[in-house]
Amino acid sequence: MTLISALEDCAWVCWKDLKEFSRSKDQVVMLVLYPLLFMVIFGFIFPNSNTVANQPIAVANLDGTNNGSIGYAIYDALNATNNTNGVPYFALKNATNTSEAAAFDSIKSEIQNKQIVAGIIIPANLTECVENGTECNITVITDQANPQMSLEMQSILSQVISYLGTSIAQKEVNATLLHFSVNPINVTPLGIHFQGLIPGNPSYFDFLAPGVLAIVIIFVLATGFPRTISYEKDIGTMDGLIMTPIPKSSIILGKTLAQTIKGLLQGLIALLVAVYIFGAVVNGSIALVFLVLFLCIFSFAGVFLLISSFADNETTATAVTTMISMPMMFLSGVFFPISQMPAWLQPLCNVLPMTYAVSALQKVMLLGAPISAIVPEIIYLIVFGTVFMILALFTFRRVMSR
Amino acid sequence: MENMVISTRGLTKRFANLVAVDHVSIEVRKGEIFGLLGPNGAGKTTLIRMLCTLARPSEGSATVAGFDIRSEGSKIREHIGLVSEKMIMYAQLTAKENLRLFGRFYHIPQPELDNRVNQLLELVDMEKWADKQIGRFSTGMKQRINVIRALLNEPDILFLDEPTLGLDPQTCSEIRQFLRQINTTHETTLILTTHIMVEADNLCNRIAIIDHGKVAALDTSENLKRMVSGSEMKVIEIDIRNLTNDLASSIDALNCVKTSSRLNETHIRVQAEGEEVFDEIIDAVRNAGGKINSINRLDPTLEDAFLQITGNEVRDLSVAPGSMERPGLRKTTRARSAFS
Repeated sequence: MTLISALEDCAWVCWKDLKEFSRSKDQVVMLVLYPLLFMVIFGFIFPNSNTVANQPIAVANLDGTNNGSIGYAIYDALNATNNTNGVPYFALKNATNTSEAAAFDSIKSEIQNKQIVAGIIIPANLTECVENGTECNITVITDQANPQMSLEMQSILSQVISYLGTSIAQKEVNATLLHFSVNPINVTPLGIHFQGLIPGNPSYFDFLAPGVLAIVIIFVLATGFPRTISYEKDIGTMDGLIMTPIPKSSIILGKTLAQTIKGLLQGLIALLVAVYIFGAVVNGSIALVFLVLFLCIFSFAGVFLLISSFADNETTATAVTTMISMPMMFLSGVFFPISQMPAWLQPLCNVLPMTYAVSALQKVMLLGAPISAIVPEIIYLIVFGTVFMILALFTFRRVMSR
Repeated sequence: MENMVISTRGLTKRFANLVAVDHVSIEVRKGEIFGLLGPNGAGKTTLIRMLCTLARPSEGSATVAGFDIRSEGSKIREHIGLVSEKMIMYAQLTAKENLRLFGRFYHIPQPELDNRVNQLLELVDMEKWADKQIGRFSTGMKQRINVIRALLNEPDILFLDEPTLGLDPQTCSEIRQFLRQINTTHETTLILTTHIMVEADNLCNRIAIIDHGKVAALDTSENLKRMVSGSEMKVIEIDIRNLTNDLASSIDALNCVKTSSRLNETHIRVQAEGEEVFDEIIDAVRNAGGKINSINRLDPTLEDAFLQITGNEVRDLSVAPGSMERPGLRKTTRARSAFS
């Protein structure tokens, strides 16, 4: 039994699985629909830079409305802010209150009535404070019942305001050096400047997208492995395969290869949806993304193979694989960082292979990390995958001839 | 002995709380057609699976084609073929694709593989269907492919598990004819399980009667039937116009009657022993007011032999609790097709 012949056997098993699959119209349709719908739903649930637009906010500008006031500059800057599709991010309402306290009450009730998602109170002495170099506070009130929107608002608003602060400071410095008596608060709202803010400011969806990719993959495998192993056991064809001289490992590896190809295809579909419909960014190399997805599949294959070998039938196997996959979704840093989880849970999270896959994907997609930055994750995935694959190979022989 | 292709010693298989195969010791000669006859749940399929190295025995040993089933499984598999009760084929692939696929797994080199596939398809009249997906075939057609698939590697020994279950009479007869043909032309040893008396009687050289995991008798069909007629046992069929369940029970209760079975509305068949069997039966019937149309003494059939040996009726035996052959393996598999 040569290695070449074992690899050939492997390839034929893979061919058979894929051929069977390609002739079943239902399964082909599901292959495309599943990642598509999954990613679309996530994209619409979580706000991102492409879909958020015309958010109503109230601005209580107590600092005067003439061209010279900073309050006005802020108002103008917010007005000129667009999302990546060029649509205005905010729909501004001018609040005409005369005191901060009154403004606060009015904004609060408008938020509670869902008329606005946030409010800004610009204090009356803002321009004076800046001129004199004293500290001054601009109050930003957000609707915390809508946490994702709150976060978006907070980050955008603080960026706008701090950018303004920088340009004012720059003007100040220039004025001093040049002995000009230029009005230091003549900041013209530059729409072009602010557009750059949004793409560089990842939304919650951008943060989620790598993790969702991993989730799509794991659920695909959670149904795929039971189908390919337990179903064949059920209908009796597994006996036929075992009775031939091909090594049992060729059966397993051939099927894993077929599942890998299907998994990567679905990962690609999900990625395309995330990038082209929802504007998620892949700052790093696509090849690296797919390498990580491949290793992610490899790391789960062994576990799911084990489960499918021991289960009596396909339904049981699928029940167990999905039972494992569900909690893993939440424990692997997809929705929020692991450091935010209870201390006793963190060691468990750090053992799960999905944690490493998600972490590597986030680094590559969000931060543009090169391969050297994800070496620990790669090693963990390879080791985990190998250990379980060996276990699966070993037990498959014994389980199949029980 | 040299011409024994299969030899088992005390072969046993236990599942959680039941003994499916109970210390079976049999020997099968080269070139014979050997039958395993028994009701559902008797252990036939489990025994076959062990001999095919698909299941590991709990106790005992066996050699198939001269190799030990526990340690030389891969050598055994080169020499055997299995026509399983479940179809070993992929519904989405065509007949030819299925055969070629398994041929490749058997490492049959190319020009030879295609030749063999075409020959086999011709043998069962399926050449026209070579490029159609198997999922669309009727049960009979699928079974034909199932059988030739097992012949791809030209096995010395062919195991068949209920090969004609669920097939129409025409196909049954064709398949049996085909099996005889393989047996005579290639000297292939056939081991088949069945609960169809006619099949065991006509096809098999020797028959092992299996019940509850044990071999109750092993002999040629003739000898088994002689077991019935060699004794004082008579097989009598009575046609009673107004046969009722009560009357049937009272016949069964007679001392001379060993077993009885009601065949239909008016016929009852009994095995009875003794000098005055006819008198006793006729008296019992007439006293109860029964009207006898006819009363015949029959040559014992294999079914009678089975009845006597196991004390069970094959026809209406449902699976007794705790005596399932293999958890999860159901006889209705063929009817409830995986390809529907």
